[in-house]
Amino acid sequence: MKVAKFIISFFFTFILTLALSLQFGQVPPIGKFFDPFKGFMRNATGKELDFDPIENLPGLKNQVLIAHDSLLIPHIFAENDYDLYYAQGYITAVHRLWQMEFQTHAAAGRISELFGGDYLNYDRFQRRKGMVYGARNTLKEALKNDTLKNVLQAYTDGVNAYISTLSYPEFPVEYKLMNYSPEPWTPLKSALMFEMLQENLNGSDMDLENSNLLALLKKDRFDFLYPDRLPNSQPVIPTGTQWNFKPVPIDTPAITFRQEEMVSASDLPAPDPDNGSNNWVVAGSKTKSGNPILANDPHLNFNFPCIWFVNQLNAPEINVLGGSVPGIPGVFIGFNDSIAWGLTNAPRDARDWYQISFTDEDRSEYLYDDKRLKTQTVVEHFKIKGSADVADTIVLTHYGPVVYDRNFPTSENKKRLTNFALRWIGHDPSSSMLSSYKVNRAHNYNEFMEGLQYFDSPAQNVAFAAASGDIAMRVQGKFPAKWKGQGKFLMDGSNSDFDWQKIIPNNQNAQVLNPEKGFLSSANQIPVDSAYPYYVYDFNYEHFRYKRINQRLSELGNKITPQDMMTLQNDAYNLRAAESLPVMMDSLDFSALSAEESDAFDLLRKWNFNNDVNLAAPTLYETWWSNLYNLIWDEFADKSWPLYYPSVANTIYIMKNYPGDSCFDQTSTTAKEYLSDLLLASFKNTYKELEEWKTTRNEDYKWGSYRGVYIQHLARLKPFSRYDIAVNGGKNIVAANKENHGQSWKMVVALGDNVNAWGIYPGGQSGNPGSYYYDNMVDDWAKGVHYPLLFMKSRSGDRERLIFSQTLQPR
Amino acid sequence: MKFILKIIFIAALSYAVELFLPWWSVVLSAFLIGILIPTSGFNSFLSGFLGVGLLWLIFSIAIYNRSDGILATRIAAIFQLNQPVLLVVVSSIIGGVVGGMGALTGSQFFRLFTKEEKKSLYN
Repeated sequence: MKVAKFIISFFFTFILTLALSLQFGQVPPIGKFFDPFKGFMRNATGKELDFDPIENLPGLKNQVLIAHDSLLIPHIFAENDYDLYYAQGYITAVHRLWQMEFQTHAAAGRISELFGGDYLNYDRFQRRKGMVYGARNTLKEALKNDTLKNVLQAYTDGVNAYISTLSYPEFPVEYKLMNYSPEPWTPLKSALMFEMLQENLNGSDMDLENSNLLALLKKDRFDFLYPDRLPNSQPVIPTGTQWNFKPVPIDTPAITFRQEEMVSASDLPAPDPDNGSNNWVVAGSKTKSGNPILANDPHLNFNFPCIWFVNQLNAPEINVLGGSVPGIPGVFIGFNDSIAWGLTNAPRDARDWYQISFTDEDRSEYLYDDKRLKTQTVVEHFKIKGSADVADTIVLTHYGPVVYDRNFPTSENKKRLTNFALRWIGHDPSSSMLSSYKVNRAHNYNEFMEGLQYFDSPAQNVAFAAASGDIAMRVQGKFPAKWKGQGKFLMDGSNSDFDWQKIIPNNQNAQVLNPEKGFLSSANQIPVDSAYPYYVYDFNYEHFRYKRINQRLSELGNKITPQDMMTLQNDAYNLRAAESLPVMMDSLDFSALSAEESDAFDLLRKWNFNNDVNLAAPTLYETWWSNLYNLIWDEFADKSWPLYYPSVANTIYIMKNYPGDSCFDQTSTTAKEYLSDLLLASFKNTYKELEEWKTTRNEDYKWGSYRGVYIQHLARLKPFSRYDIAVNGGKNIVAANKENHGQSWKMVVALGDNVNAWGIYPGGQSGNPGSYYYDNMVDDWAKGVHYPLLFMKSRSGDRERLIFSQTLQPR
Repeated sequence: MKFILKIIFIAALSYAVELFLPWWSVVLSAFLIGILIPTSGFNSFLSGFLGVGLLWLIFSIAIYNRSDGILATRIAAIFQLNQPVLLVVVSSIIGGVVGGMGALTGSQFFRLFTKEEKKSLYN
């Protein structure tokens, strides 16, 4: 009897303990996870910093001091390069390890390993696009440079030194929730992280869409709706800049793009087309202090943890502070005591698609003029959580990988004979990380430009200011020299005429130094005027933010203060509304509005065009605009083929100048519609839609509550995300904050004898959801506050703003 | 008295081994103390339940307070509990149940080696 009792309770206890140690579906091992000593509670640090004042680490050459200020920005003081980047890797991992690994997994197409088969197509797409291929090419080149090799190795050693101190209790909480462990960091992972940046900023094109539109519209109509250049553009490099060089000659083949058949590949995720930024510099002649001021705010997805990690790096020859991307050594956007620089994306079509004609079923050869070229075949393996591994065969051509083929995204493609190879600048070895290293150490214009020439991709408009007084703007990147129209459409891979010929020499990239007007700005608009001797094309040039910025910078006169620049970063003036609303109001038939609709309309009449959170007018305008825009371009709403709408700027241009254009006629009706009909219909819909929203939500549709900005955790865990953040601004506005996307890092730097800088981002320095520093900057960011940044001249300065100092010692 | 002592011993040993061993070491602790201080079945379960459960509860509350409940609130939402306090309670119950089962098994193990008192039909 007592034996039976013992056996039963022993058995039951054993099974229970075992069950609580295992993962079931999405539920982590309950016993392990809830154990307050080692489970998730261990990560609940609140305002405390959970690390030792002295840490002994293997491989360090000398002592390193890491001082954290009250924003948890680490200020790293090292005695040599190796220790500096070692410490940067170490402290970035301390705060952001899970993010670094997750994002490199995502870049490398390894998400199925964590979340299962639902993500397999995403993973296959990453590999097929050549993310790993490009990262490997970059790394191979990087390791040939001794300086960069040392930097990458040091950073890797630092991250791994941190990882090796961890066991389950110290793991970031996401590892505990998803029940896996961090793997060692490698230099390839840094290259992958860089590849991800390239993909984010230079990873979209409309080649297939353009081909389909050409087939639908024919050339004249296509050029009218999708012009390469809009009237009254103010390019990044001001009009009138002289191009004193002889362009490299390229052969323009006698080709007219003619598209008969519609083409399709798939609807796979693409980067947000609003990935962009603002930057500007004003010269001392325009500032109150007489010294230049630089401002920059990159617009990216809002995520927890944030894409930016702010840090200061100090060692012999270097003392730089700014935003870094976790996983990549160095500072990406920042300043030192002599210079400051800021980046905005410089869109230019550097991604082209080629239709490949294989000669046989094996796909071992493809046609190229009268030759047959050999392919290479790579088999990619995918681990999938909860099921067996999968392999995918990718065919490589001299252009690049065949992304879409008979196996991808579905076997449907077999019928379509789709074989599209991707030629992308992101596949080429990039030396941009070397550029960061050099730029971080530059003291003046010449040193900066010497370092910047290594920056090849993703192409950026680089704003520069030096304490000595120089200001400059340069469109920097590696750009293929194209003949007019090349790469705008899907191209024939069997005809060598379509191939890229040459790269624009670096010294012919567009640039301007110390302009007379005393300021320079960029906001992802067209880079140059039509006199620039190379063909410049992108489907996505912005057309409003730069105008507002230039207008404000001209108006501000010559007593500009850093505070003015912060105010301009927060500027919510909606130039798109100012340009479109008068036309919309003028052509609207008031007599057809009900009394309530007229009241709503009055709100718009009285509006000052600011997208402020506590106004209802912006909601009304934005909803009306979006309904109208969708009605106007109903002819391109067909989802069965890749198509896209003409740009907002061109839509407004057509509304103003061609009100009788056929685009206003609805395809779904037999009657002929005009702009005024669309305006009335869309206004009435808008009114109805917003009244319904009001009833459901039981609150007024003020812009702040209606638009609901949110910051999403990278693993899309809702409780780790923040919702309904009220922040001024919107699409095409200087304060470019839309739902999940916008001003991801706001920086203003005033140079001079002493450099003063301000900055903030929607997030916090810690990636730990259990830390106060996880989201401590969010509320102030939403209010438009800029924090003064602590820039330490030496390790002994400014002790009062530090909250914790740690010494890393060689073990 | 013996009961209270047993609870204290289970909590103390659990605390000590938790610092070095995985979470299931609390089951072993309760089991060991269950052997060393045997009590009747239910009594034994309760001592393990309270020993480990209270240890986890107190520890959780301390961390919760120190960290302003930031993480507990977020994790509670992941498990669809609307009160972070519930999360603390759930975690102590989990600790309590496994602790109780460990102690009970310990007592029963001890009993394997004791002679059952034979009840005589004559007295």
